Amino acid sequence: MEILLFAHLQETIGQSQLTIDMPQCTVGELKQWMASNYPNISLQQVMVAVNEEFAIDATVIQPLDTVAFIPPISGG
Amino acid sequence: MFEITDKPIDIEQVRGKVVSRNAGAITVFIGTVREMTKGKKTLHLEYQAYIPMAIKMFEQIAKEINERWSDAQIAISHRIGQLEISDIAVVIAVSSPHRKVAYEANEYAIDRIKQIVPIWKKEHWEDGTEWIGDQLENIPYPTGTPSLNKED
Repeated sequence: MEILLFAHLQETIGQSQLTIDMPQCTVGELKQWMASNYPNISLQQVMVAVNEEFAIDATVIQPLDTVAFIPPISGG
Repeated sequence: MFEITDKPIDIEQVRGKVVSRNAGAITVFIGTVREMTKGKKTLHLEYQAYIPMAIKMFEQIAKEINERWSDAQIAISHRIGQLEISDIAVVIAVSSPHRKVAYEANEYAIDRIKQIVPIWKKEHWEDGTEWIGDQLENIPYPTGTPSLNKED
């Protein structure tokens, strides 16, 4: 599973991308995994996109999917 | 029609993308880097994007616009990387047969960019830096994700 990180998440973790060995899971489960493996990040207000589509906590992620953690945006 | 670039945006090139013989109006919105925000002085900004998804969301915005105003055409270019005060961050061009639609659709586009397009801005102030989330203050999402239909 590819995890893409942006903005403050990228800076706190020190990487823009993580490759993790993860079986099929939900977005909510992946968030919990991230929170326990990276206790210094805050996932509050952070949205998740699976394969470039916004997802909810119940969305199921397959092992080969690309998941992006999307902090509050500020384009324009 | 949609572009994320780390080079300065050529306004005329974006306008040219929506030129049409049926158009009687083209609106061009230019978003620029502001120096003062609530009394704080910005030295420069840094923009970051999730490029493939940002382009998809631009296409989503164009789809929404065409559902509302079927004869409007839209082009958007957004810059990323380091930008200085007064630099152009975004250019939105909309053409339509009549001016009202060109104005309305253009404003709709910038509002939606701030809701659904994964682009981030880092403020570099005199006394530090911060990633800004406009959504944090302006746009709560009760369902956990931004609606892909503004009416929802």
